[in-house]
Amino acid sequence: MNLNTKTAHELHKLLQSKEISAVELAENIFSQIDKTETEIGAYLTITKDNALKTAKAVDEKISRGEKISALEGIPCAVKDNICTQGIKTTCASKILENFIPPYNATAWQKLQAENPVLIGKTNLDEFAMGGSTENSAYHVTKNPHDLNRVPGGSSGGSAAAVAGGEAIFALGSDTGGSIRQPASFCGVVGLKPTYGRVSRYGLVAYGSSLDQIGPITRDVADCATVLNEIAGFDEMDSTSVNTELPDFTKALVADVKNLKIGLPKEYFIKGIDSEVENSVRNAAKIFENLGAEIVEISLPHTEYAISTYYLIAPAEAATNLERYDGVSYGERVDGVDVVEMMTNTRTEKFGEEVKRRILIGNYALSAGYYDAYYLKALKVRTLIQKDFTDAFKTIDLILAPTAPTPAFKLGEMTSDPLKMYLQDVFTVPLNLAGLPGISIPCAMTQNNLPIGFQLIGKALDEMTILKAAYTFEQNN
Amino acid sequence: MKVTEQDIKTVASLSRLKINSAEVAEVQEKLDKFLTYVENLQSIDTAEIEPTTYALPLQNVFRADEIKPSLDREAALSNAPLKEDGYFKVPRVLEE
Repeated sequence: MNLNTKTAHELHKLLQSKEISAVELAENIFSQIDKTETEIGAYLTITKDNALKTAKAVDEKISRGEKISALEGIPCAVKDNICTQGIKTTCASKILENFIPPYNATAWQKLQAENPVLIGKTNLDEFAMGGSTENSAYHVTKNPHDLNRVPGGSSGGSAAAVAGGEAIFALGSDTGGSIRQPASFCGVVGLKPTYGRVSRYGLVAYGSSLDQIGPITRDVADCATVLNEIAGFDEMDSTSVNTELPDFTKALVADVKNLKIGLPKEYFIKGIDSEVENSVRNAAKIFENLGAEIVEISLPHTEYAISTYYLIAPAEAATNLERYDGVSYGERVDGVDVVEMMTNTRTEKFGEEVKRRILIGNYALSAGYYDAYYLKALKVRTLIQKDFTDAFKTIDLILAPTAPTPAFKLGEMTSDPLKMYLQDVFTVPLNLAGLPGISIPCAMTQNNLPIGFQLIGKALDEMTILKAAYTFEQNN
Repeated sequence: MKVTEQDIKTVASLSRLKINSAEVAEVQEKLDKFLTYVENLQSIDTAEIEPTTYALPLQNVFRADEIKPSLDREAALSNAPLKEDGYFKVPRVLEE
């Protein structure tokens, strides 16, 4: 039986009914890894011994006749910027090459309590800065659908692992689209929850006011199940939202009747790939046929989102990355005094794009330029957020493309970072406004590349997003 | 050029990054290109607009002033590049 292409909920039934064992399932994944990982390169660390140990414990539990939880024994992968106690967490950076976290990120701590089988830690753009996973200091990850193309980024390793049968589900992180864009490129489901929904404690900080951890899965049902396990208030994260937590699997009902879905006219602009545009418009028709009402809306400040994001995110990154000073953890490169030691460490161990964003961030924050750049961006952020608040007065959801193109070729964008930034045009506005969004697969291009679309919801309304995504999935 | 050579040196020093003289011109050009790219924000009138630092309305978070166990010293020092007698060890900070 080909187990590695199944969903977590399918595998759960097979495990509970003893048709398969958790060890058999884990070994099935590792044999797929043996076959494809040298080509795909989804992982930075593989934790095979621990995985088999966990799987064996789950099997013992099942043989004792005990009930297992929905994710128990299910093989998963975790992005390598999420702290895993005792397991190397590098952020795909040389500066954390040997960093072994002494504690768990809350999201992983909660998930781990459900006994999934951790297969390993996945590749990313260094410190999650990028949209192709080509900025990793270790190796490039390739798209399982076409090995000449990128898997997207920065959670490219997580998306490629799930798409390539090297994990059943994964955790990613999303600062400007880093879960949704790779999900779209790899033909899987990726959700960025509302800012504050999932604790950021133990997620290595990039842009603190934008970062969120979220699930990357094979289908919408698995997405809801994983979200159930990682969401919730955490006193270790001062931006965590303390509100009642719904059971997200209750959203898995195929019904969009009378749902009002907005299509933002600013998201169908020149430069968007025609196959992407057609698939999203077609998705709108499917929703309409299922009883939803489609209306055109306007988010007038969309064109300013990229500039706003690329000032705010680097400013926060420059501040967050000050901690890599060669003193308390991470690598150190010696110098005659402490300042030279810090400078040598950072200059040698950070990659090009990371240094570029630190310089931009510190420039935008420095005396004389603060008002013109950083403060200006924060004010435009208010306007971008207001666009959404106004739109949601009359609609329930927004339907939009996830990325302007399908997966692009390796090396196609690396020479021009500004061109790469345009990839984020439809994803960054949500992070700036703190809103939840899901990317789900909707079509394939003529070249057989996946296309995804995005559903954007009101703050803390992941339920409506999941319901609509589930309905589409059942009817596509 | 919007960015001067001196700007680059200042911002590199603030960032604790070394940019040697051969690289200055290249960094200057890249930063300049970036600043031109984000110039479109200047066309928006934001005189009456409040800045947003966090998207959700957040309030200051307080907790009870109680002593709770935290990461123990050995764990906190476990990734230190250099340590001695339970402390992080760094090169000389002050002039002799």
